Amino acid sequence: MSERNAIKGPGTIRNLSQRLLPPMILGSGFVGIWYFIAYGVLEPRRRFLLRPPHEVIQVGFLEWDNFSLILNSLWSSTKVAMMGLSIAILIGFMLAITMSQAKFAERAIFPFMVTLQAIPILAITPLIGFWFGTGQTSRVVVCVIISLFPILLNTLFGLQSADSGLHDLFTLHHANRVTRMRKLMFPAALPAVFAGLRISAGLSVIGAIVGDFFFGKGDAGIGQLLRKHASQLAGEELLAAVIMSSALGVTVFLFFGWLQERSIGRWHETTTGAG
Amino acid sequence: MTGSLAFEETGMVFPDGTEALREVSFAVDKGEFVTIVGPSGCGKSTLLKIASGLLEPTSGQVHADRDQLGYVFQDPTLLDWRTVRGNVELLAELHGVETDERRRLAAEAIELVGLNGFEDHYPKSLSGGMRMRCSLARSLTLKPPVFLFDEPFGAVDEITREHLNEETQTLFRTEGFAGLFITHSISEAVFLSTRVLVMSARPGRIVAEFDIEFDYPRLPKLRFDPDFAELCGQVSINLRGSHS
Repeated sequence: MSERNAIKGPGTIRNLSQRLLPPMILGSGFVGIWYFIAYGVLEPRRRFLLRPPHEVIQVGFLEWDNFSLILNSLWSSTKVAMMGLSIAILIGFMLAITMSQAKFAERAIFPFMVTLQAIPILAITPLIGFWFGTGQTSRVVVCVIISLFPILLNTLFGLQSADSGLHDLFTLHHANRVTRMRKLMFPAALPAVFAGLRISAGLSVIGAIVGDFFFGKGDAGIGQLLRKHASQLAGEELLAAVIMSSALGVTVFLFFGWLQERSIGRWHETTTGAG
Repeated sequence: MTGSLAFEETGMVFPDGTEALREVSFAVDKGEFVTIVGPSGCGKSTLLKIASGLLEPTSGQVHADRDQLGYVFQDPTLLDWRTVRGNVELLAELHGVETDERRRLAAEAIELVGLNGFEDHYPKSLSGGMRMRCSLARSLTLKPPVFLFDEPFGAVDEITREHLNEETQTLFRTEGFAGLFITHSISEAVFLSTRVLVMSARPGRIVAEFDIEFDYPRLPKLRFDPDFAELCGQVSINLRGSHS
């Protein structure tokens, strides 16, 4: 025991380096190719197509005017994403619980959910603009539509995943619907719920940006900023904004991974990476 | 017929036309441990489901003291998100027993199955045998007058199985419930029971009955006794006969 504790220190460090080294090597390779294209492939007058990394950092991140604009837009989109995700979770949970309680409800609702999921979001953005205006509400609506399906489907699947033997046990001891839901179905659903949350959270960020791209009224987000920079051929700012929006998506993904580990890690073997 | 658990000409035909049981009649009294052996798919598990009330028989009758029924399934069926203690407390919780009493009952049951020291472990860190013990302890908390066992030790290794057999026997002697046990293993049946019933292939019927008169407590070495082997042989012959 003590021997194992003794080697635990350096062991963790080696573990960490083993985990960090591969992505760092790949990342460096990626930056190398980026430089190679910027300087080796593109002639100087066409270099606006892909600015080299240090210029992107210089203009996009180190010039405070530009960077603060990115941060402001990002915050606005984050708010849209959070609101959209919260609504999607609320609707998703309510529908999943209803569907898990009555086969009839499941049969009735499911086709419409699949249809909603199958509609290309771009095809209904004009309609959403019609109905909800071109401001914040419409952005949130797009966000909800995009992120609803995975949370609904995974929660439903999770609620139905409880072992039939356990259901028998609850039946034998006369548990009512609420007890069965609270003590059996809901805890059993948690691993699947978290899987759905991670997917939906990522999608809610995409939804916020897509919504913002189309609806420009009011508090403009990162979508509007991307649009503006693209039209002005401002490559450095554009790339910086793209990098920051990916960073937002990654942060959200990692946050829910962390939350999952905290909530159910003690009893559930987590199989997803990046925790 | 009397008894804590009694079947009277019980029959079961499933909606798809499969006849699982035909005219099964027997009773299990308090202080009796009855084991049913039979080929796979002969309706043994169906019989337990009927005894517990999970299934209604399509003919005949069942009388059972189902108030605080003990039922151990083929799998441990534990709640993954609860510790051993939490799992053992579950049934008392469903029956509305208050916290202090629940704690006490759980501690007692955990002690009985020898899981003390593992109260705070989650099922994922327990071995198969320990999970089964936890499942046993869970049913014990209710002090069931009738205890049903549905091939509970089929999935654990031979050594663990023998240990669990001895522990089950101890529980039977201390708790004095009416036990109905189902198994594939003839030696397990003879070792545990006061009576062994042989069931035929589908549709299940009782085709032979053996009173097992070895004194309790039965020690592990009983398994090497010539009389024990003789009885196992007779049960086996009847079981083979039931296949045709």
